[in-house]
Amino acid sequence: MYLRLIPKLDIKNENLVKGIHLEGLRVLGNPREFALKYYEEGADEIIYHDVVASLYKRNNISKLIEKTSENIFIPLLAGGGITNLAEVEKILKSGADRIFINTAAIDNLKFINEIVRNYGSSTIVLSVEVLKINNKYLCRKDFGREETNIELVSWIKEAENLGVGEVLVTSIDTDGTGLGFDLKIGELLSKNIYIPFILNGGFSKLSHFSDVLNSCSPAGFAIGSMLHYSYMSKINLINSKIDGNTNFLKKNIKYSNFNSITISDIKNHISKKFNYKFRN
Amino acid sequence: MKPIISIIDYKMGNLFSVQCALNYVGIKSIITDDAELIKKTDGIILPGVGAFSEAMKRIKQKKLENIIKEFNDKKKTILGICLGMQLLFEKSFENNETQGLSLLSGEVIKFNQQKDKNSFNVGWREISINKNLKHESTLLSEKKNTSMYFIHSYFVSPKNENIVSSKSEFEKEIFTSSIKSDNILGFQFHPEKSATEGIEIYKRLKKNLEKSKNENLL
Repeated sequence: MYLRLIPKLDIKNENLVKGIHLEGLRVLGNPREFALKYYEEGADEIIYHDVVASLYKRNNISKLIEKTSENIFIPLLAGGGITNLAEVEKILKSGADRIFINTAAIDNLKFINEIVRNYGSSTIVLSVEVLKINNKYLCRKDFGREETNIELVSWIKEAENLGVGEVLVTSIDTDGTGLGFDLKIGELLSKNIYIPFILNGGFSKLSHFSDVLNSCSPAGFAIGSMLHYSYMSKINLINSKIDGNTNFLKKNIKYSNFNSITISDIKNHISKKFNYKFRN
Repeated sequence: MKPIISIIDYKMGNLFSVQCALNYVGIKSIITDDAELIKKTDGIILPGVGAFSEAMKRIKQKKLENIIKEFNDKKKTILGICLGMQLLFEKSFENNETQGLSLLSGEVIKFNQQKDKNSFNVGWREISINKNLKHESTLLSEKKNTSMYFIHSYFVSPKNENIVSSKSEFEKEIFTSSIKSDNILGFQFHPEKSATEGIEIYKRLKKNLEKSKNENLL
């Protein structure tokens, strides 16, 4: 069995950002430089997420995708604020292989149908941002800002029936905390859905991956903070055009929740303990 | 003169990545559906986006069938990627049965294990190469256990086993993951998304294109 390690890069105004519980976004640098580093270090796929697109009702990452495609030759999954087929087409034309949608799928189920009909199940990934409230897993829109009453499992099952090919599940509770992924979510998915799922939120230690793999079988791990903070010091920021909340960058401090762990560290750890393989 | 290759435009999806990989290794290319332009180039790439029937419809609308056959008669390079490789065969059972370009004998079928309509083979898989074929001509690496990036739910079943240059496995089902028949090459995986090993394939393609261009000039 092959497993995918997928660096997830959240983008705001052309910068790589990262928050905690999807909030308090820190500027970390130039996404292309991080993506290139991750490609060279053995990432299996890259995710670009325009995290303010849905709020501002515009998607702005096509240029970044185009530039990325010039020298990064692994699959690229992109999304954030996609609301119509023209935007899907634009993102695919720029060099992305697949797109993901969250808010637009919740607002308009027919949009899932349209994408499946035009591009096939293999092109569409459902993104789900889930928060645990009173022991219920409820989905959120607009990068965690808008709550809904939609329950995690029934929502994914519905999307599955409409032809969605894969699902990216972000736990808002664990996102950015480094406390490990919510294992209950993995169990729920393994028991109830048949499409492949990617888990995102909370990874900071090698044991976090084995904990998940002991309780469910994801198709991949989407990893943000853990890799960004590990690789920050190895990335040359001299040519980056950076604005926004750059305090963290300027102070040049270490984020204490995260120790430096590389992509090969994670791959070695997993392939030693489990029967999973990675690309060579 | 440097060779130029045509990337056939079916007007949907990601063709840009193929062009980026060609640029990266130094092969000139154009993305086009114009038969006159294609005629002037040294090879054709049928990229891997969209559905079988839609791509065939587009090829017929633009009257590209003849030009592709002409390339084949002249033994010019024809390279199919993913869906593009499937189009080279006689027919596909994706959605409704559809006739393909029929440059090669065989058909395009779905994985047995897929009971559900939206499950498919996605991710990195190993390719095991056919050692009877020369790797300079198949463009594949001699290395053992090379992995490539796949994303598909149909695959080709060629009549002639000898053209199979590699096989791969999905859910215990063995399928043809690349072919090589004279001037025709096909990859079920995406070399332009398969990192360094994928880029090596484009580098070997460049060598072969330059070699045959020089031979034609002599």
